[in-house]
Amino acid sequence: MKQSAENAVEVVGVSKVFGQGASEVRALDDVSVSIRQNEFFTLLGPSGCGKTTLLRLLAGFEQPTAGQIFLSGIDIAGLPPNKRPINTVFQNYALFPHLTVGQNIAFGLEMLGRPKAEVSDTVERMLRLVRMEALRDRKTSQISGGQQQRVALARALAPQPKVLLLDEPLSALDYKLRKEMQLELKRLQHETGITFVFVTHDQEEALTMSDRIAVMCDGNILQVGGPRDIYDHPADRFVADFIGESNFMNARIESVSDGRATLSLTAGATVQAILPEGVASSGDVTVVVRPERARFLKDGEAGASEVSLPATVETIVYVGTDTHYHLKLSSDEAFIARVQNDDRGGFLPAQGQAVQVAIAASAVQVLKD
Amino acid sequence: MANTQMSQTTTGKSAGGFTEAEAERRRVRVNWLLSLPALVWLAFAASGPLLIMVVYSFLTPGDYVGVVWDFSTDAWFQVLFTRDIFDETIVTMADAHLSIFWRSISLSLMTTATTLVFGFPTAYFIATRSPRSRPMWLFLVTIPFWTNLLIRTFAIMELIRNEGLINTVLLKAGLIDTPIQMLFTDGATLVGMTYVYLPLMVLPLYASMERLDFRLVEAGYDLYASRLQVLRRVILPLVKPGVIAGSILVFIPSLGAYVTPRLLGGGRNMMMGNFIEMQFGAGRNWPLGAALSITLLFIVMIALIFYVRNVGKEGSGHG
Repeated sequence: MKQSAENAVEVVGVSKVFGQGASEVRALDDVSVSIRQNEFFTLLGPSGCGKTTLLRLLAGFEQPTAGQIFLSGIDIAGLPPNKRPINTVFQNYALFPHLTVGQNIAFGLEMLGRPKAEVSDTVERMLRLVRMEALRDRKTSQISGGQQQRVALARALAPQPKVLLLDEPLSALDYKLRKEMQLELKRLQHETGITFVFVTHDQEEALTMSDRIAVMCDGNILQVGGPRDIYDHPADRFVADFIGESNFMNARIESVSDGRATLSLTAGATVQAILPEGVASSGDVTVVVRPERARFLKDGEAGASEVSLPATVETIVYVGTDTHYHLKLSSDEAFIARVQNDDRGGFLPAQGQAVQVAIAASAVQVLKD
Repeated sequence: MANTQMSQTTTGKSAGGFTEAEAERRRVRVNWLLSLPALVWLAFAASGPLLIMVVYSFLTPGDYVGVVWDFSTDAWFQVLFTRDIFDETIVTMADAHLSIFWRSISLSLMTTATTLVFGFPTAYFIATRSPRSRPMWLFLVTIPFWTNLLIRTFAIMELIRNEGLINTVLLKAGLIDTPIQMLFTDGATLVGMTYVYLPLMVLPLYASMERLDFRLVEAGYDLYASRLQVLRRVILPLVKPGVIAGSILVFIPSLGAYVTPRLLGGGRNMMMGNFIEMQFGAGRNWPLGAALSITLLFIVMIALIFYVRNVGKEGSGHG
């Protein structure tokens, strides 16, 4: 099989099985994925989905049970971690406690046998890159979590790897710092031009930072795509459920023409939507609608490209930026509508009130499942 | 009585109001009181005999046993020098003593080194087992402690003596014509001491390796370090406290070892422990024995200071 060198990383049919016999665990099940040069690629999924295993296979800490891994077109399956031009930012940073900040950053370069002058130059450059110049001679135990994070990044970037692996590096930081580091990581990726493979279970993190996301579940990759793509067009129920909030509704396909299906929602309206590949052209399906794509109608004046559904307001939850309206549709299905708390007025119902909720037709997505 | 009064005054004051300094002073006092039994015991059991040794080393030996209460620095002189039997003005270095000192120190250093070489991989092996099986491995390491040292040493003798197991097998196999002299050599003492003190090296090494974060080892490999470099640049600096503790625990008792060199090294390959014992027995020179004991103490102290200064320096910052 020929591999194109255009892709930074090519994972082909990789499986990883831990244990044997009854205690056998299939962490990865015939996974294939391509990661492009210079992209910020995220492996997203709940814990135990195999994303960290895939990362450890790329780093070389584990060997695949089956399948191949190519780095710039070269098979690296047999290479130990110290022979791969790939570096890792560990979840707990794993900084060497017996070394200073500067010595930590220099470690990889020294192991590669780079000349002293080059090592100290690169260390200086890395310290500037992560804005830590002043802390060069501190012990790693004497700096804060956010600073340790930066040192870990600088240490992994210093040898200029082809690919940088990041294993949930932000999970130990508090909310504010995490937000800050998200932008910082994005900046570093941009400035260094290195391919980043980022592992997280935080969908918000994935959406804000990634060029492309692979959503994983139970050792499989369910969908690969840009953040927008994945959010707006989830491939199946798991992806729709895992990324963002979703309203699921039952519907029946009435007719199909030209790739578009006419659906009758159980909640009582007819709508046209794109029928994804691999979905039968008749029978029952599930559709998904994002909560922010719904609005309330005052007197049933639905727009041309909207459908309106009768509903009752059950609970109102105020969450700062938005208000969530928990509704019950006429089909007894639950539906959440999210309305932004701005002063644009609009009609806002009270608890217990019967309302008409309008959904943009383009917001209705048919799921494969 | 004094204590009772003190605590009464404290109670009186605390009724008026507790300052932080007072609380601190009270805490210190309580700590002192709690350590009093141990301090008293130490004073009697350690400082007392030591003091007697110091005093005895400045007395004159009795004709048959014990000491005569005449002040003399002769014992200290004899530690390093010998007077000619016929002309007391001719003074030479006591070569026999020096060779015993040297053998003790070099054998102890070698014992420390060999236990480190054998103990390090053992400790690493145990520390990398699953947490459930580690107690079993540790248990295996401590099994030799269950049998008396004398019996174990006799067992080694049985293995290595000229008519022992090893020589018999080698002779029967036709590999050698005459038995190899293994018993009563410095080598036998080294083997015996390594065997006896190995657990003392393994246990502290394990204790520090168990705390080692093996993700740091992975980080080392990830940053292009080879196995040897990971060992030298990551593992060794991090387990250094265990290496220091293990080395001290092995070196000190090695220096004063008595049973093992006596049985395996024989009468001629004496170490300091045997030499000191001799002065209190057949040698009938208690002051010299006392002086030698204190010399041993000083050698240990100097070695410790030197070791901690030099080996402990680099890694002293972390923790």
